[in-house]
Amino acid sequence: MLSYAEKIREIAGRLLTSGSVEMVIGFRQGTVPMMNEPHFAKTPAQVQALVWDSHCGINLANYLTDRKEKIGIVAKGCDSRNIVTHIIENKIKREQLVVIGVPCKGMVDKRKIAMKCPGEITAVIEDEAGVTAKGGGFSQRFEKKDVLQHNCSLCIHRNPVIHDELVAEPVPEQQGVDRYADVRSLEAMGPEQRWKYVEELLAPCVRCYACRNACPLCYCPTCFVDEARPQWVGKGQDPQDVRAFHFLRAYHCAGRCTDCGSCERSCPVGINMRVFTKKLEKDCLDLFGWEAGLSLEVRPPLDTYRPQDPNDFIK
Amino acid sequence: MKMIAIPKKEWPAGLAKAAGSFRLFGPVKEKEFHSFKRLENGQLPDFSCQNTRLSPKHLVYPQSEVMLTYSLDESRPDHHIMKEAPADTSPRAVLGIRPCDAKAFVLVRMNFDTPDYKDPYWLRAYESTTFVGLSCASPCSSCFCTTAGCGPFHEEGLDVLLADAGDHFLAKVLTEKGAAWVAAGGWTQTADAKAEGRLADLRQAAEAKIASQVQTESLKAADTTALYNAGFWEEVSFACINCGTCTYSCPTCWCFDIQDETRGTSGVRMKNWDSCMYPLFTLHGTGHNPRGTKLHRVRQRFMHKLKYFVDKYDRGIQCVGCGRCVRLCPVNIDIRRVCGLMNGLAASGEACAID
Amino acid sequence: MRNPYLPYPVRIDDITVETEDKNLKTFKFVFLDPADEQKFAYKAGQFAELSVTGQGEIPIGIASSPTEKGFVMFTVNKVGRVSSFLHAMKPGDIMGLRGPMGNWYPWEKMQGKNVVIIGGGFAFTTLRSSIVYMLQPENRKNFGEIHVIYGARSPGMLLYREELAAWEQRDDIHMHITVDATSDPNWKYNVGFVPAIAEKKAPPAGSDTYAIICGPPIMIKFTQPVLDKLGYAHDKIIMSLENRMKCGIGMCGRCNIGKEFVCKDGPVFTLEQLNKTPREY
Repeated sequence: MLSYAEKIREIAGRLLTSGSVEMVIGFRQGTVPMMNEPHFAKTPAQVQALVWDSHCGINLANYLTDRKEKIGIVAKGCDSRNIVTHIIENKIKREQLVVIGVPCKGMVDKRKIAMKCPGEITAVIEDEAGVTAKGGGFSQRFEKKDVLQHNCSLCIHRNPVIHDELVAEPVPEQQGVDRYADVRSLEAMGPEQRWKYVEELLAPCVRCYACRNACPLCYCPTCFVDEARPQWVGKGQDPQDVRAFHFLRAYHCAGRCTDCGSCERSCPVGINMRVFTKKLEKDCLDLFGWEAGLSLEVRPPLDTYRPQDPNDFIK
Repeated sequence: MKMIAIPKKEWPAGLAKAAGSFRLFGPVKEKEFHSFKRLENGQLPDFSCQNTRLSPKHLVYPQSEVMLTYSLDESRPDHHIMKEAPADTSPRAVLGIRPCDAKAFVLVRMNFDTPDYKDPYWLRAYESTTFVGLSCASPCSSCFCTTAGCGPFHEEGLDVLLADAGDHFLAKVLTEKGAAWVAAGGWTQTADAKAEGRLADLRQAAEAKIASQVQTESLKAADTTALYNAGFWEEVSFACINCGTCTYSCPTCWCFDIQDETRGTSGVRMKNWDSCMYPLFTLHGTGHNPRGTKLHRVRQRFMHKLKYFVDKYDRGIQCVGCGRCVRLCPVNIDIRRVCGLMNGLAASGEACAID
Repeated sequence: MRNPYLPYPVRIDDITVETEDKNLKTFKFVFLDPADEQKFAYKAGQFAELSVTGQGEIPIGIASSPTEKGFVMFTVNKVGRVSSFLHAMKPGDIMGLRGPMGNWYPWEKMQGKNVVIIGGGFAFTTLRSSIVYMLQPENRKNFGEIHVIYGARSPGMLLYREELAAWEQRDDIHMHITVDATSDPNWKYNVGFVPAIAEKKAPPAGSDTYAIICGPPIMIKFTQPVLDKLGYAHDKIIMSLENRMKCGIGMCGRCNIGKEFVCKDGPVFTLEQLNKTPREY
């Protein structure tokens, strides 16, 4: 993916020069290892700041909500699926966008790498198949497949589903992936065990809402947790309120979540709240044969009715 | 004040003794990250941690804290009348707090302890706490304490400063509170005459390892409205997702919300951490929001830390350089970079105060 | 030092519906412990946190005057959760009062000066406090000419209508009451927006004249150029701001404009001060 950056800059420069877009949204080089910053270029000169590597995990569709200008946007597979969802939900118009598609080989998980290193990582160097992490007195190379973000290791839509430009030939999609092993283990738990699992999972939550805010789906003008009349959820650290936030947030993403991993990636205290959205993602697949963001033509299951929709849950 | 040598083999026994008169808190590793917790009987603080993931500010300033209690039961004579909630103000010691986090309390105190008003909740928690700091022998690469009015051996806000000297800790006793804690641990061995020099050497070596810095020298003289109207805020704020990670992880951020929570007929009025990153923070009842865009909010955070605070208190910036926001921001907005932009604009003369 | 978060217990003594839309009610509170009234010594222009137990608090300007004893009075617009709940409360109900808070109109500086009060809509509360204070016989001699320009959308939306009428009858205060529009044939005062009336009726600027402005943002926006045109110096234009507040004591961090907290360093600022600070209100 290392050659992508140059191609992104070339396309972005061309789009800005020709005036077909007013801005290009991509990433610029981060200031700490394994982080890049979502960034925009408005002039051809500014495209030099745009980069691409295995640390571009933030979902850029999040930056499109309700924008009015013509935008070029760099999009890996999951970003493109959220762009589709945004278009379906009227948060942006297709004709406003020039999608610069990035066939993706997955993003690396900086926490996974940090845990495998003996000290603080001060630099990470990427090659075609892996990354080398360096720090005080150590240098350790990792095969990319061993340190992928969990969602990336399960991804079967690495290539952008819509694009106007493509920075490289499509990559082969991963085959034979068991996407829902973790959900099945959750489903196999008894109610008490599952409750305990959830309690422990959410115990460190500080309600900073990074998971919600990193998510392109969370664009409600007033989120239910911020609503005062009526106040659905308490504002303190009562575990009941923390759970209510996470559960309702997940339900609000049902049939829309693309498992882009931005929520988990953003969490400052390392909570894998994806187990909730993945459970609902699996339900949507099992019940409706639905995967979010694959088509501009088909309405999502939660805003359509079909006579053959399952209704076994009505007791 | 004097310097004590605490042999590491006497550390656990001394702590067990001190636990008789202090509630002890220290860094503890849970799953992946360290955080400050109440130490269980016999549990030792884990000094192997570079610094805790989140700051220890919650020890003095819990994320949710009950201030007042009330009853809505009209059969009671005191119904609807607010009462102060009870609090445990017995002595406690925070072990292994880093100098940056201890200095942060000194900055935050300026907000909660003013000539006009005193926040009794913050103050009584702070005053009942003895801060036993652990100097930083190997600071993180994203730490910039030495240019943020702090340093790896900084003493402000500490009662005792510990330095790891191999088989023993050097304990520099800085206050009466610190002396009481050392006495409670039963550590009495005065360090030898060379200890001061050793500490100075360790300090120098640690300070030399701080690789990262901020420039702040032009901020004070800068004109507020010129900085406020600077052109770079759109670019700085673009990536921001308006989460509270930076403010919640920051040891110097103090903003809070007040909420009533009722269950049945009894309830509490509580203080909860709040964040200037949230739109709700400033939303008027009418729907008007004076900081209605993320540009407003990101600008507020940096202007507060790097300009308003500087002007209001003349004590430097509202930042101790711990680097947490740099490490934890999900979209890599870096205060060092923004500080550079602000200071640079100020230094360029475009933002000079005109008087 | 007293816990600044702990409200004084008060009883609602009386509730008056002020306006025809019934969205504004005036609440008179009596302290459960008479000693608390002494502690709650205030000046015209200050505000307090009304503490509705179980709902929360709202910052409201004090509408009674320090010269009025035995009660404190607030006029509350029904907008959010706390004010809506308060509007449904009854005389006799118990709640809390925290304050007084903030600074006040610069009474010391305005000694011997002319004062023109310009108010709009329901922001007339601390202006009422100020007028009652200045008209108190022992205080009246301390001020020069007093003008009041006060407007509302319609006659039924004016606050304190009986008092306005009484002030109209006096010769030691010049009242210029106005409404945006009315079909009432008996309306005998001005018709027109506050800025337009101010342009016609405000006294000439000078080092001896202060203007106090309090009203909705749109009124302030259009009144300021009028005062500029009339030659009012910015240090003679006094404004009272509102921002979302929680603590009221300069600690919770949300109401700042630049380094100043509206709750503690304000709510009263001169335009000269505001010119130097980000306008985040």
